[in-house]
Amino acid sequence: MTGWVAANLISVLNGLAIGALLFVLAVGLSLVFGMMDVLNLAHGALFVVGAYLAAALAGGGPSWGGFLGALGVAAVIGLLAGGLLSAMTEPLRTRSHLDQALLTLGVALIVAEVLQIVFGDDPLAVPAPPGLDGSTSVFGAAYPTYRLVLIGVGAVLAVGVHVLVERTTLGALIRATVADREMVAAIGVDNRRVKIAVFAAGSLLATVAGVLGGPVYGASVGLDSTVLILALVVVVIGGLGSVKGALVGALVIGQIESLGRALLPDLASFVLFGALALVLIVRPRGLFGSRSGAAA
Amino acid sequence: MTEVSQRPEAVPDNVVGGTPPPRPRRRLGPVPAIVVVVVLAAAPLFLAPFATTTLTRLLVFGLLAVSLDLLVGITGLPSLGHAAYFGAGAYAAGWVSIHLTPAIPVPLLVGAAVGGLAAAATGWVAVRSAGVYFLMLTLAIGEVLAQLAQSWDGVTGGANGLSGIPAARLGSEPLLGVGYLYWYVLAVGVVAFALVWLLARSPFGATLRGIRDNESRMRAIGYSTTLYKYGAFIAAGTIAGVAGSLLAAQQRLVTPGDLGFTTAALVLLAVVVGGAGSLWGPVVGAAVVVLVRDALGPGLGGHGELLLGIVFVLVVYLLPRGAAGLTSLRPFRRRRS
Repeated sequence: MTGWVAANLISVLNGLAIGALLFVLAVGLSLVFGMMDVLNLAHGALFVVGAYLAAALAGGGPSWGGFLGALGVAAVIGLLAGGLLSAMTEPLRTRSHLDQALLTLGVALIVAEVLQIVFGDDPLAVPAPPGLDGSTSVFGAAYPTYRLVLIGVGAVLAVGVHVLVERTTLGALIRATVADREMVAAIGVDNRRVKIAVFAAGSLLATVAGVLGGPVYGASVGLDSTVLILALVVVVIGGLGSVKGALVGALVIGQIESLGRALLPDLASFVLFGALALVLIVRPRGLFGSRSGAAA
Repeated sequence: MTEVSQRPEAVPDNVVGGTPPPRPRRRLGPVPAIVVVVVLAAAPLFLAPFATTTLTRLLVFGLLAVSLDLLVGITGLPSLGHAAYFGAGAYAAGWVSIHLTPAIPVPLLVGAAVGGLAAAATGWVAVRSAGVYFLMLTLAIGEVLAQLAQSWDGVTGGANGLSGIPAARLGSEPLLGVGYLYWYVLAVGVVAFALVWLLARSPFGATLRGIRDNESRMRAIGYSTTLYKYGAFIAAGTIAGVAGSLLAAQQRLVTPGDLGFTTAALVLLAVVVGGAGSLWGPVVGAAVVVLVRDALGPGLGGHGELLLGIVFVLVVYLLPRGAAGLTSLRPFRRRRS
């Protein structure tokens, strides 16, 4: 009996760790879509760029230098990639949303192939930094320290993003753009700059999530579509353009991914789909979705 | 494939609200279609076996692209999970061939039925949404089905795929030669293409185009648009299942990759490259995709998909209406966001 409890405690903790990671990944996707109606299908590819960077810079052995270096490089690359994607989707502004999504899909294919050419087909492991690569006793069960730290980092980032979006002037501008882009433009704010900033920040979060997720997921071919799907499910469940929605969605999906797989290993995929279907039937725009972003 | 023809009820053409005026087409009649079919039928007599195999693969993929065009081009529902029904049909046809019989109509019908059923089971969620939301939902659904194929070892063979599928049998004669296999795929492909074409021209198809152009107006006139979209989704899934059963007959192996994200993205690429809504355009697009991947890919160290990604990006910028858009140089009829 105690063994069963311990096993599920581990699953719940795993779910929290996955949820923290998913939040960091999904919030950028959600804001970019909510603000600019650009569905960035290259978001998963950005995550994998971060993962491979971690493998390249910190893959040799546990070292803080390599890990922090990877985080820094990933942040810079994320910012640049976000700016580039924003510039690339700009000429398609007047076309249908689908064209922008297709463009990012093409970019995702290119990035995934280039990574495969550079790093090969084999999955690469990323060790956790020294001091975090051991395990900690949680209510009598050994649990990887790194994942506990990941939960903490995710919580800090979630609070940070929440404060930024809900409590600052910049955040008010972001929320206003989500609610009514034309009105924000009419009062004299350059939409494009807000778009570039949010796109860059969202992409930064994606590459950083890739580095942070490295010790959990490693870096492998096909990881990009896996995490893209999870992030999409998170934003669909939470509601596009909502930070709170991304947080709740990420925590729910994290638990489904971990607890669901532990308790119902054969049905995990169906549970994921079932949760998605249930939310869409009850709340077609997601749990915290607004009506304004609905003109798809 | 029965639901394909059941749909068209008394829907007078002239009440369909958002349908664009009839296209100013040069009337060539059925001549080009007949020429194309004759040339395709004669092709294996002149081609090397390897080229015939590539052409077979091209036809299978082309049929899949046509089925997707029914959703993307006719109904205006961009799906990124369409490979799931292709894969479902392929697995079903392969499984039936191994465990029951590879005699010809059986795997085909089973593949079509399973493709349609899978679409019916998952589509009711997807058609509740539109536009980019539909894209995301179908992507998620497709990936769930791909994971199912990966994990349901007993039936699908897991990550190794379903191997050892016997050759399709016509009567008592197994289709072993590449030429015979090609003709089988061509015959089924032509019939299925004709079915999709008839469906697109029927009152049902006109309603779907109306939904694509202005769904709220169609709803206001009194059409149950969700039901129509659901019908289109199931029809497209059924045709995709037919294409899947052809894949099983051609490759004699079905792997989870056949229904994954990459396949789904490549089919959508084929439709976009060829021009959505024209039905023949996606076949051209499929030809481009298969030739780049299978003919040029090996020369690039197996990284044909890199080239496809670049093609994708270029097409989005330069050919907003795909290859089919090149033939009709009309003023742009862009959908404003």
